[in-house]
Amino acid sequence: MNTIIIKNTILLFAFGAFSIAAMADDKSGPAKAAEDIAKYREMISDGNPAEFDEMRGEELWKKPGGPNNVSLEKCDLGKGAGVVKGVYAELPRYFPDTQRVQDLESRLLTCMTTLQGIPEKDITAKPFGSDNYQPAIESLVAYVVGQSKGIQMNVSLKHPKEKEAYEIGKRVFVYRAGPYDFACSTCHSQDDLRIRMQDLPNFNNKKSAQSAYVSWPAYRVSQGLFRSFQWRINDCLRQQRFPEPKYASDVTIALTMFMAKSANGAAYAGPGLKR
Amino acid sequence: MGNPMKIRASVKEGVTEVKVLMQHEMETGLRKDAEGKLVPAWHITEVKAQYNGRTVLEGQLGTAVSKNPYLVFRFKGGKPGEKVSVNWVDNKGDTRTDEAEIS
Repeated sequence: MNTIIIKNTILLFAFGAFSIAAMADDKSGPAKAAEDIAKYREMISDGNPAEFDEMRGEELWKKPGGPNNVSLEKCDLGKGAGVVKGVYAELPRYFPDTQRVQDLESRLLTCMTTLQGIPEKDITAKPFGSDNYQPAIESLVAYVVGQSKGIQMNVSLKHPKEKEAYEIGKRVFVYRAGPYDFACSTCHSQDDLRIRMQDLPNFNNKKSAQSAYVSWPAYRVSQGLFRSFQWRINDCLRQQRFPEPKYASDVTIALTMFMAKSANGAAYAGPGLKR
Repeated sequence: MGNPMKIRASVKEGVTEVKVLMQHEMETGLRKDAEGKLVPAWHITEVKAQYNGRTVLEGQLGTAVSKNPYLVFRFKGGKPGEKVSVNWVDNKGDTRTDEAEIS
């Protein structure tokens, strides 16, 4: 009698395990959603409207502008004056002329103010796009990052200031604050977390950090706009209910440095396309 | 005149695949701006694709289509080097035509 009960229990367990395995195979939940989003991305990957921003950015790069009426073709983004190819894969980096670690936006800001003579506040007052408004700096970002497509991310920490920025970024990433007591790491340090339909990258996981970083900046279909990395950070901090960061400030650059370094070794794939 | 389109066309086994990315605001006319005023409707109403003077696709777009519409279609025939042209008309009467070589 006892053996029969035991046998039945074993059978029941076996059946239970089988049905769990079967459930894991049945893609109806988040796995299916992620797969569908990936399929959707593939379908529209040939038609990324960020291309229009790249075209506009190239024009803005080459056209004389600002009070000094000069183009940005003398702008040094890290690989010498006027070099655009591959620069984004090595940003942020330390620039001896400004004695700062700079990301792409901050460097463009330097060039636009020093070369073209545009007052900084004219650019930083409204640095992000909205309906029928796409600031020059955003399109310039689209053009420059597009010129690094396929190039391996290679951010250096050789200079002490670069190392310092990285260490600060790493600490800011886990710094909890604000009314919700949130840190970047609250959402971005575990696998398989989502906000609604969006998978959240885990920056403790090399692969996840790489695929996230190389797909930004990106065109957001839901907003109908191209978005720079400064925007990405600004909006993450807004969702955390942090005070709004100053455009291209040292702390945003430090955060970018931390994330860019985590992506080293992966081929840059932007401008990306996001839902 | 509207902004340029991006058109890519390639032929494979006698079927030409055309990918068109249009630049257009595609305002529905239902959205309000920051002051609470309705943003007037402004969208593509008609799309027409031609190959060798023959219409291979004709359709109507409306308010349900997103900003910067992306359209993919296939037709039988087409040879490398020949041209496909795409034209759209919007509800303000604006129009744009671009063409691409089949590869």
